[in-house]
Amino acid sequence: MKYLDEFRDPDLALQLIDEIAAITTRHHVLMEVCGGQTHSIIRNGIDRLLPDDIEMVHGPGCPVCVTPLETIDKALEIASRDGVIFCSFGDMLRVPGSGRDLFSVKSAGGDVRIVYSPLDAVQIAKDNPDREVVFFGIGFETTAPANAMAVYQAEQEGLTNFSMLVSHVLVPPAMRAILDSPTNRVEAFLAAGHVCSVMGFEEYLPIVEEYGTPIVVTGFEPIDLLRGIKAAVLQLEEGRAEVENAYERAVTREGNLPAQQMIDDVFGTIDRNWRGIGAIPQSGWALSERFQTFDAAERFTVTGIDTVESPLCRAGEVLRGTLKPDQCPAFGKECTPRTPLGATMVSAEGACAAYYLYGRFREMEAKP
Amino acid sequence: MCLGIPGKIVEITGEGITRTGKVDFDGIVKEVNLAYVPEAQVGDYTIVHVGFAITRLDEEAALATLAHLQEIEAVEVELDPDAALAAEEAIATGDS
Ligand code: SF4
Repeated sequence: MKYLDEFRDPDLALQLIDEIAAITTRHHVLMEVCGGQTHSIIRNGIDRLLPDDIEMVHGPGCPVCVTPLETIDKALEIASRDGVIFCSFGDMLRVPGSGRDLFSVKSAGGDVRIVYSPLDAVQIAKDNPDREVVFFGIGFETTAPANAMAVYQAEQEGLTNFSMLVSHVLVPPAMRAILDSPTNRVEAFLAAGHVCSVMGFEEYLPIVEEYGTPIVVTGFEPIDLLRGIKAAVLQLEEGRAEVENAYERAVTREGNLPAQQMIDDVFGTIDRNWRGIGAIPQSGWALSERFQTFDAAERFTVTGIDTVESPLCRAGEVLRGTLKPDQCPAFGKECTPRTPLGATMVSAEGACAAYYLYGRFREMEAKP
Repeated sequence: MCLGIPGKIVEITGEGITRTGKVDFDGIVKEVNLAYVPEAQVGDYTIVHVGFAITRLDEEAALATLAHLQEIEAVEVELDPDAALAAEEAIATGDS
């Protein structure tokens, strides 16, 4: 048991696709919330193997993509300062701010460092007591336990030169925002498996009840995704709406309690702006009162930010699932991973990047 | 940063918030914080996000899932051989 090959078995996948076709009697629109699942679906061609009546739309679950432009611009400003070591996950470096990105700040002499874990940034702070070390703490519920622990450890160790620019976002409020939108077409959600590994899935019960929208907790390998899709289609066909767990090996109902405890201690829930989508009430985490001194936004006063989005970019519609990346007129033309106009073209979880990477261009879509 | 793949815990040191271990991802060994999976032991598989194990994989649940799927697979299915081949190729090229 290695938990990978078994869940990539082509025979099982074909079997599941066949079963999905057998139970499908009408058109259904399913959204996978998580960008990691988007990439797996596009890379494995799952959306094309499914019956024509099953339409997969891609959700906002790409942390890099939804980090607000003001926050990116703030990060760029802080990273440009003398005496600052700015640490970030790698996929943040090419995300376009208003006119530049972290990569260009680095090329211009800024000390910008890619770290694998937020604890690496804490270590850098310990090693450089005369420098201010700032970590760009972004992500959904999956990275929150790590970022919370980094702040907690910095406090325990009495570090005064470490701070975090926090821009955490949450899945359940985003689902509500999508369902509340007048242009919404989503009939069922695949919930992001690893978000649920941390948080469990009880918080989805009220959403299912209120909106009558099935939610199926789903993993990332082809077999996992197809099981999740099948469960969601079955619910829609049978007129049921329930929370189902199709990722039993990694998700329990209550989730990871020690991680939730740490998140509770270090973060508090706030309203948050989502890039391309706008403000969503109670949709983010920021540092709680006790940890305010570690807030980079407080430590560094940044004024005069004037955000400018590319007028061509339609990432907001892509993130809400109302536009497929290849329907954006700039896709593959003005906008490529080398010359990204929006964050969705940069990130390893961005839908535009997935379409570009796996050759999903309109002209190639023509069926023989 | 959200792409967590399973790795096998090969060593555990420290305790509490610095419970740390080495996790083997098919040959690539990384140092991982194990504070959030106090129940996980050497030999267990875990999902790691940005240097932190966030869940221990439940082998029993995994086996039950596979057994259930294989049971269904045992039912004979009619497939267009060309389509089946194309589908198989598409899925087989998947990596992480
Ligand atoms: S293809 Fe580029 S310009 Fe179009 S929505 Fe995606 S990121 Fe924006």
